Amino acid sequence: MGRPRQSYDGVVLTAPVSVPYERYSIETAHWWIARALREVLKRADLPLKDLDGFSVASFTLFPDTAVGLTQHLGLCPRWLDHIPMGGASGVVALRRAARAVQAGDADIVACVAGDTNQIDSFRQLLSSFSRFAMDASYPYGYGGPNANFALLTDRYMHEFGATRADFGRICVAQRANALRYPAAIMKKPLTLDDYLAARPIADPIALFDCVMPVAGAEAFMVMTEDEAIRRNLPFARIAGTIERHNAFADDPVQLRGGWAVDVDELYATAKCAPQDMDLVQTYDDYPVISMMQIEDLGFCDKGAAPDFLRDKDLTVTGDFPHNTNGGQLSAGQAGAAGGFIGLVEAIRQVTGQAGPTQVADAAKALVSGFGMINYDRGLCSSAAILEGAAP
Amino acid sequence: MTALQKLATGLAAGTIRVVDLTHTLDPDFPVIVLPPEFGQCARFRMEEVSAYDHRGPAWKWHNISMSEHTGTHFDAPSHWISGRDVPLGSVDEIPPERFVGSVCVIDCSDQAEADADFLLNPGHIAEWEATHGQIPPGAWVLMRTDWSKRSGAAYLNMHEEGPHSPGPAAEAIRFLVEQRDITGFGTETVGTDAGQGMHLSPPYPAHYILHGAGKYGLQCLANLSELPPTGAILMAAPLKIKNGTGSPLRVLAMVET
Amino acid sequence: MTDALQPPPKKNPQTRTVSPTRPPERRSRATLGLSAAAAEGRFALQVCADCQTVQYPPRDACRSCLSPDLPWRDVSPDGALLAETTVRTSPNLYFRERAPWRTGLVRLDAGPVVICHVHGDCAPRGPVRLWNLLDRAGQAVLLAVPQERMPRMEDDPQLRQMTSDPKHRRVLITDARHPAVPALIKALKAAGAVEIYVGEPETWRPSPGRAALAEMGVDLQPLDVTDTGSVQRLAAEYGGKTDILINTARFLRPGGVLARGDTAFARDEIEVNYLGLMRLAQAFGPAMCARTADGVNSAVAWVNILSADALSNAPDYGCFGASNAAALALSQSLRAEFRGAGLRVMNVLTGPTDDAWYQPLPPPKVGPAALARAIVDGLQRGLEDVCCGDVARDMHERFRRDPKVLECERTMAGDQP
Repeated sequence: MGRPRQSYDGVVLTAPVSVPYERYSIETAHWWIARALREVLKRADLPLKDLDGFSVASFTLFPDTAVGLTQHLGLCPRWLDHIPMGGASGVVALRRAARAVQAGDADIVACVAGDTNQIDSFRQLLSSFSRFAMDASYPYGYGGPNANFALLTDRYMHEFGATRADFGRICVAQRANALRYPAAIMKKPLTLDDYLAARPIADPIALFDCVMPVAGAEAFMVMTEDEAIRRNLPFARIAGTIERHNAFADDPVQLRGGWAVDVDELYATAKCAPQDMDLVQTYDDYPVISMMQIEDLGFCDKGAAPDFLRDKDLTVTGDFPHNTNGGQLSAGQAGAAGGFIGLVEAIRQVTGQAGPTQVADAAKALVSGFGMINYDRGLCSSAAILEGAAP
Repeated sequence: MTALQKLATGLAAGTIRVVDLTHTLDPDFPVIVLPPEFGQCARFRMEEVSAYDHRGPAWKWHNISMSEHTGTHFDAPSHWISGRDVPLGSVDEIPPERFVGSVCVIDCSDQAEADADFLLNPGHIAEWEATHGQIPPGAWVLMRTDWSKRSGAAYLNMHEEGPHSPGPAAEAIRFLVEQRDITGFGTETVGTDAGQGMHLSPPYPAHYILHGAGKYGLQCLANLSELPPTGAILMAAPLKIKNGTGSPLRVLAMVET
Repeated sequence: MTDALQPPPKKNPQTRTVSPTRPPERRSRATLGLSAAAAEGRFALQVCADCQTVQYPPRDACRSCLSPDLPWRDVSPDGALLAETTVRTSPNLYFRERAPWRTGLVRLDAGPVVICHVHGDCAPRGPVRLWNLLDRAGQAVLLAVPQERMPRMEDDPQLRQMTSDPKHRRVLITDARHPAVPALIKALKAAGAVEIYVGEPETWRPSPGRAALAEMGVDLQPLDVTDTGSVQRLAAEYGGKTDILINTARFLRPGGVLARGDTAFARDEIEVNYLGLMRLAQAFGPAMCARTADGVNSAVAWVNILSADALSNAPDYGCFGASNAAALALSQSLRAEFRGAGLRVMNVLTGPTDDAWYQPLPPPKVGPAALARAIVDGLQRGLEDVCCGDVARDMHERFRRDPKVLECERTMAGDQP
């Protein structure tokens, strides 16, 4: 609508960092964020005092925000952001930071997401997640999004004829990818039979449809291309990005997300098409959501993802590399870092730094985010197309 | 030996026995029942204040509440309209010597057993005096019916037309007051009057005549069967309640064995 | 169709009684409007006063025009089940202990899409009706049920968690002298109550109804709510098997402050109507609160019968009304104190009852059968606030509309001729 989006020319993403996850941690979100921040600064060879932009995403910082972290971590940024968008926060942080760098409000922005997972902290987080959840889903035993996604999955299967095995193939491929990714939490091979026989959680959702809450942190840096070259950092360019919130509010059940509103503009800005992507990183807290993204981001028609994926190999070496480090389903969901995991892995991929999970000749990656089950559906959606470039 | 020394010796030797004529104050003990639109006699109630606990670590005590006319109790002249203007008519004004005196016990237990509405009349008193001598002035006269041995619903013996229990006829009370100048009249029932006393003339004659003449009433007495017809000393001292019309009592009698 | 709820086995004395757990209680202020409706058994949602959009979840501004004027209105509870799931595990202890648990997504004919509990009799993707019920936290939850009543649907385990159904439960009626007691016993028996204990004060008085009650097969026990010892004695023996307590003790005399001229009856009214409730709660409350998760015959409800005058008083029965207002206020404290255990306080507000003390008043009056029906119906529906009879309903409606206007109406002295 209206004015064309401006490009992100001259702004790049560098220094992808993943702090290895832990199932439970006695440490705090502050601790995990500090570890990630320290690592990106080290990669960029940047003294702490010279960091002038900081963006953070976290659920477990309470009572602190990004503001408290500046004092806690000894930062003095001239640009500060706090992204409360869960699974959409990686791409959204990227968008905000890139514009700030582009406009000269900051030279280098460290974007960090991190959360701890202490015994019982997940349960406590759920009870105060959102007002609508407190009022209208938590009282029904919706301890977390399992039941919400069970409803979506139930309706999706009914509308489009998807089967449990269709979802299972996504999970099985991601586990295969995770076996290559040293930091993944789930290291046991998974077969389709294992998937189908798993303990039911909230029908039709079973154990391997669900992510494992863990502690961890992810980070990357946004700076000018010149700055990256000066620091000898491999970088990725931003070909296009979108975000959208509370899309299709009148759909009775969420079978499509906000990507479908903006997808044409995404590819138009990036001057490419879905089939140009060398890998896809969807937000995968449940496989049905990955299917929805594959549809809404134009790889196939609405409802056709089960068919589309049936013929695809989603592993690192396959014809449709997807969630190449195992995604949250196999690497674990570290709170808001779950909104970063795909993006950070995509930066590694298009800059040739992915190591054991590297997709051969990966040049273009699609990353999408999805977050915040405020009540009956995820409200935030985001996506970005990254292009690799060697320094 | 003085009289009191003799008394002390007798009490110590057991030749003088103290008989308790009192019912235990108990929340379940009946009280007089009046038509419900009238004010009602409060039942005995007891609330624990503390019991060696956080409400009072080293002591136990209760708050109690009741009517002046609950349990074994004393009726002062001011209790009845006929006695409203009697001098020294309330319990705090009555001279203390009136609370102690000789006692004549008229045994009506056989008659009461045969007829719950039995009325004591002057003829019965004459019969008693023929055996035990004339009732002396200033004596307490107690009407023994063994009613105190009843409990629960049998005590009030309420029927649809009201309670049925024995009591004095108007003439008998008039005789005791006018001819014998007694101190007071006592019963084992819930009132000094018969259960159906409201239908006599005057209604409730014992209350009306006794209190109008400055005499006292005792009711809900117990253990009258342990008293001799004559010769015992009664002690019935009400609490010293300002303008009180009555009082719960501990009634004791001294009996020579 | 729902399987018939089986009577509980006798309690194993060697097993520990399950500690009560509760579903989440916290709600936004806006959403408490739903709980207020559920307390009365109504299905109401916010409806925008400006554009008529029906809202859910409850909010502070209209989702289509931002109007802040969102009054609660009764709306159609009908809709269709779009999707469902059977939850088999939950981080919330209450649900974990009650898994599996059927929930779903319902699109209401009125517009909104609602996450709700789903009754076992609902057909997948079929038409449903939503009931607005209080859960064991005392807060509203919505339950989808079939649009047609089904046999034994009250036995559905999820529904049973939200009601105070007397079926298979043991009931204490505190005062045999209340004129509605025989009708109440009959209604409770018809509703499946297994044992009924009836308190009898002042057994030394004649009790004309005693023989009839004894013939009804109830267990008459001495109980006088004005006597702490008596209340404690019964609670010591029966507190652990009282699943529903219905307080029928009442002391009633006509008259306001000046007409009486003394405080004697008022004291009796306070002793019975207010302190009696307090004594019962202090004696029976702890045992009942400890047994709210005790299986099929868990302790579930506490019932007060109160005069509607408690809402707004008038001098004809002014002192009695005041004692009932005190009891109503006490019941609110009690609600809060019982809520942690999930024990529900149900207040039944009644207009003048058809008995001796209201004899001079013109009809309409509440007969014993109507009062009994209101109590049992309220228990079966798990209500918290019940109005019995036209007078109480009228008073409640006027109270809701404007308590001060009601007070003005009730306190007019009348013009001189």
